[in-house]
Amino acid sequence: MLDRKKDTLTPAIVHQPIAHDSAARHVSGDAVYIDDIPEPRELLHIWPALSPHAAATITAMDTEAVMHQPGVVAVVDANSVPGHNDCSPTIGDDPVFAEGRVHFAGQVLFAAAAESELQARLACRAAAIEYEIEQPILTIEQALAQESYVLPSSTISRGDPEQAIEDSPHQIEGTIRCGGQDHFYLEGQAAMAVPQEGGDMVVYSSTQHPSEVQMLVAKVLDRPLNSITVEVRRMGGAFGGKETQAAQWACIAAIVADRTARPAKLRLDRDIDMLATGKRHDFLFNYRVGFGHDGRISGLAVEMASRCGYSADLSMPINDRALLHIDNAYYLDNVTATTKLCRTNTVSNTAFRGFGGPQGMFCIERIMDEIACHLQKDPLAVRRRNYYGKRTRNIAPYGMKITDFILHELTQELVESSDYRTRRQRIRRMNKSDSTILRGISLTPVKFGISFTMTHLNQASALVHVYTDGSIHLNHGGTEMGQGLFIKVAQVVADEFSVPLERVKITETNTSRVPNTSATAASSGSDVNGMAAKAAARTIKNRLAEVAARSFGVNQREVLFHKESVIAGRSQVSFQELVGMAHRARVPLSATGHYKTPKINWDRQNMTGHPFYYFGYGAAVSEVALDCLTGEYRMTRIDILHDAGQSLNPAVDLGQIEGGFVQGAGWLTSEELWWDDRGALRTHAPSTYKIPASGDVPEAFNVEIWQRGRNVEKTIYRSKAIGEPPLMLCISVFSAISDAISSVSDYRQLPVIDAPATPERVLMAIESMRLRGA
Amino acid sequence: MPGQSAVRFLLGNQPREIADISPTMTVLEYLRQIERMTGTKEGCAEGDCGACTVAIAECKDGSLDYKACNACIMFVPFLHGKQLITVEHLKNHKSGRLHPAQQLMVDQHGSQCGFCTPGFVMSLFAMYHNRCDTSRTAIDDALAGNLCRCTGYAPIVRAAKQLLHMPVDDEFSANEQSTLVALSQLHAPERGNEQPDNASLHLQHTGGSYHAPQTLPELGRILQENPASCIVAGATDVGLWVTKERRELRALVYTGAVKKMRQITITDRAIEIGAAATVAEAMETLSEYYPSLEELFRRYGSVQVRNLATIGGNVANGSPIGDSLPALVALNAELKISRANASRTVSAEDFFIDYGQQDIAPGEFLERIDIPLPVAGQEFRIYKVSKRFHQDISAVCGAYSVVQDSGALHTVRVCYGGMAAIPRRASRCEQVLAGAGLTDDSIEQAKLALREDFAPISDFRGSAEYRTVVAGNLLERFANDLTGKQIPSVWEVQYA
Repeated sequence: MLDRKKDTLTPAIVHQPIAHDSAARHVSGDAVYIDDIPEPRELLHIWPALSPHAAATITAMDTEAVMHQPGVVAVVDANSVPGHNDCSPTIGDDPVFAEGRVHFAGQVLFAAAAESELQARLACRAAAIEYEIEQPILTIEQALAQESYVLPSSTISRGDPEQAIEDSPHQIEGTIRCGGQDHFYLEGQAAMAVPQEGGDMVVYSSTQHPSEVQMLVAKVLDRPLNSITVEVRRMGGAFGGKETQAAQWACIAAIVADRTARPAKLRLDRDIDMLATGKRHDFLFNYRVGFGHDGRISGLAVEMASRCGYSADLSMPINDRALLHIDNAYYLDNVTATTKLCRTNTVSNTAFRGFGGPQGMFCIERIMDEIACHLQKDPLAVRRRNYYGKRTRNIAPYGMKITDFILHELTQELVESSDYRTRRQRIRRMNKSDSTILRGISLTPVKFGISFTMTHLNQASALVHVYTDGSIHLNHGGTEMGQGLFIKVAQVVADEFSVPLERVKITETNTSRVPNTSATAASSGSDVNGMAAKAAARTIKNRLAEVAARSFGVNQREVLFHKESVIAGRSQVSFQELVGMAHRARVPLSATGHYKTPKINWDRQNMTGHPFYYFGYGAAVSEVALDCLTGEYRMTRIDILHDAGQSLNPAVDLGQIEGGFVQGAGWLTSEELWWDDRGALRTHAPSTYKIPASGDVPEAFNVEIWQRGRNVEKTIYRSKAIGEPPLMLCISVFSAISDAISSVSDYRQLPVIDAPATPERVLMAIESMRLRGA
Repeated sequence: MPGQSAVRFLLGNQPREIADISPTMTVLEYLRQIERMTGTKEGCAEGDCGACTVAIAECKDGSLDYKACNACIMFVPFLHGKQLITVEHLKNHKSGRLHPAQQLMVDQHGSQCGFCTPGFVMSLFAMYHNRCDTSRTAIDDALAGNLCRCTGYAPIVRAAKQLLHMPVDDEFSANEQSTLVALSQLHAPERGNEQPDNASLHLQHTGGSYHAPQTLPELGRILQENPASCIVAGATDVGLWVTKERRELRALVYTGAVKKMRQITITDRAIEIGAAATVAEAMETLSEYYPSLEELFRRYGSVQVRNLATIGGNVANGSPIGDSLPALVALNAELKISRANASRTVSAEDFFIDYGQQDIAPGEFLERIDIPLPVAGQEFRIYKVSKRFHQDISAVCGAYSVVQDSGALHTVRVCYGGMAAIPRRASRCEQVLAGAGLTDDSIEQAKLALREDFAPISDFRGSAEYRTVVAGNLLERFANDLTGKQIPSVWEVQYA
């Protein structure tokens, strides 16, 4: 006999470690990215021309000669835009093509469209452009000195931090910086626009945000949204870099296609991609902290200044999220934190996995290390001393009660599994005897808020069709960038109908099937799209159950979907048969589903509310060894324990944890964005910008999903978002490097070192510590 | 000119004959634009990320030799006489089954966004056929030319490890004989060709000319007639002139088909490296005589780069940060510079005149590099310092050669890369060491002397101050190594 209760409640496919839906296509080269789509006849290829200057007035721009180069069909610039020359996601300050002035080196001046990419590229050289060069503002310090901001500051505060710091037995003041980061998705930005009848446009875009691309293409073409369709099957990586940064290229392709009535493709090569698109914000932190003999923080004041670049883009919510994560896992009774959104003549910085959160956490984790060093305590003890409480000390600075704090338990498990204490003692002993190799170890936690802070973005829609042969067509608003969203949502839908995964066709994201979507961002993809798809499937399933109940004369509640069959009392039909019955009974087999995240609210004016539905948690222990003759170093062992709730797909989630950690480690170690004094980025390709390679990841890389994980909120199958939180586990690497250098002073001082901790910064920190000690 | 006038190669198992092609068209452009095979991806167009990795097979000692190469900076004529294998060729043609390199990537969840995946698969495929030991270090060395931004590499390394435990048994090994036959038929004489043995390739195209002579006299003659030609061997640098700068190279002369220039010969006084021998071909021999070079070569580009790049190209281009150059200067290598009917010899040290300026005239070519064999008492060390261990360009590279004779040092040669506009000897530093040996005191003196020897620049690879400090510290490392203070390498230490 079938145990009805158990079998309907135990999902067969959800929670299984199933391979990425495209895995077999990835490995055989069959997976299609924008540049792989069979090229339509008459396709034009576009190349953009970039400004070499960071700040200048364009006194003359003559592109006549470009037009006469071989193969050139069109040259487009600010004057060619039929609608508004703007592709800003927010306040209207991102011209598609420069108008009169250039604001950063790498800004697009115009674009040439030709029969081949090479012709378009060579043609751009023929332009005659004259500039009046101005003095650029390049650094955070310069912007602060000149009070150059893209948007006003925000502050979160609680209690009386000034008084609390003053009354504390210990005070520390400090400054630290963390660098920016290029996304370095392997597939560069790409878009192809194909004109349709009646002036409509279909745009294939490598974007996390098809609806925004649709909106901005409509804006530049001055067309209604319903005449623009945007489609994306998959991206070759995105990491936030294709949330707003994909739009400009889609807009240019659409402008060319509209003007020439020919399909047009724009694919950025690596150099242009890195010069012309935004990156993670770099930050400068100034902090003062007061604390007790036990290491507990009594008062904290932080000023966090970020380099936003020349325009607003998403800098406001990114800086807000940095503020909202200045607490990380720690209760701050008296705190004030203020952002400064610096306007500089550099590319406009943008979303990048973590969205300001990593930077805020980076600051507080440095403060934890400083406190520990000052008090000569184990930094882990200081961290735990400051952890949020379960019943008391559980209100975040922005007024939200933290009800799901699991870091006490999770940390304890990790301390044991990683052998943290023994290794820390051993390292201290080894550092005394070995003068050339220095080792360091650190455990840092992550608590990351899940939801867009802008409440209305927390919604999603899906559209599910069941065809008469029982095959299922799944559409939702989320985009696939490698994170495994599509397979997770398909697992949910397959289980909802109790059919094998193979019955569910995963389709490209298309604005004409699911409209008005939010970006696939903020780690929210599977939370919201999984729920929306489940709702759509549930609607159809209920209709099918009704048909079965009617046909077999049973109560609808007695109809059970089980292993591709439908059981109604004593009768049993296959899923496919029931679908046929429903169709013949004229029951619709298509439905939409919608989901909005409950419980959240946010008062940005006062920076208070319940901005997050729940939190993602994790912790990492990193050990490093460094060579104090050259500053070169290596991670020697990493232990990670991360909470994925009840994971929808442990294989996918493990990949997100491992990959997120390594990507974060790159941010804080080897990835250095280096501008020259004229404002030109000089590290704009992998030859000069070094992301981690296989050899940088240690063999001892022990990554576990926390087995006790279960979301306290009613998320899809009690899972948790996984895209961003693991990235911040990397702060343990930076902290371990500090720990290793600190041994030079016999742990009496913490080194003065900014991120990324390049070998140069490490060696210089060692040298200056030696000088101070001497 | 006698020889062949079309590039002939196998695309998978399909023979291709292409006469009408720009000689600087890259293999990647050819695959994606002409063949419309889009499995191979462009990630950087500079041979660094490996998304474009393909395998090139050719006959070596009667069997097939597979090499992973970067299609993005490899010119199409380089395919002449070889088999080009892409990710599309790996699935079993009859059964549709995935190749083990592909299946293991699926099983281990080795792909996320999938864009780097074809490149990894091809590196794994080459690794599968070439074999290497299954240690993590060997796998990292083999995968250093492939970047992944999603996975953190762990699942890919797991796939590699399992693959290396499997016997070599795939369609390619099963068809080896027929492929060898097909390759040999590529060289069948063209109609009307009066010298059937001459497989030299000569292309004329509106995009430029391309000559791949097979003998030294032929090479000398071509260069004499076309002194403005660009000499190319592996194109791991010249390729970037095309993909990055779009320089027009109207006349290319390829040295890789000159058999004599690919030879590596040990005489009683020197290791003679033909200028067109690849780094991959030369590294083993050189490391055997000078073991300190082993680590340098692991850090020299990547497998894909070393499979095409040549020591000769490294020398001829004379970059101040060329990986092999400090070693060649410190070891007092001699360069044989030739032209039609004449040759001369110049020391590596004197060859580099100033930034971008080498002692070589139009019509001349670098034929051979002679590296003296080690003498009794000689100690040689080389240390490279860069932001990342694998596939990075050095901030500083120090090479040291001394002869120890009962406590005294003579024939002291110290050369640094990254410290000046050319790889240059540290003469003041050498004087100190030659006079005083390797004591703590003399090292301190030698470090100070280095500050007089060099005034490095600051750039994104390192500030002047960092370079100066590191250059001195490397000297300290050299002294430590020689005086038996064996210090573990940071690259080898285990966790506590």
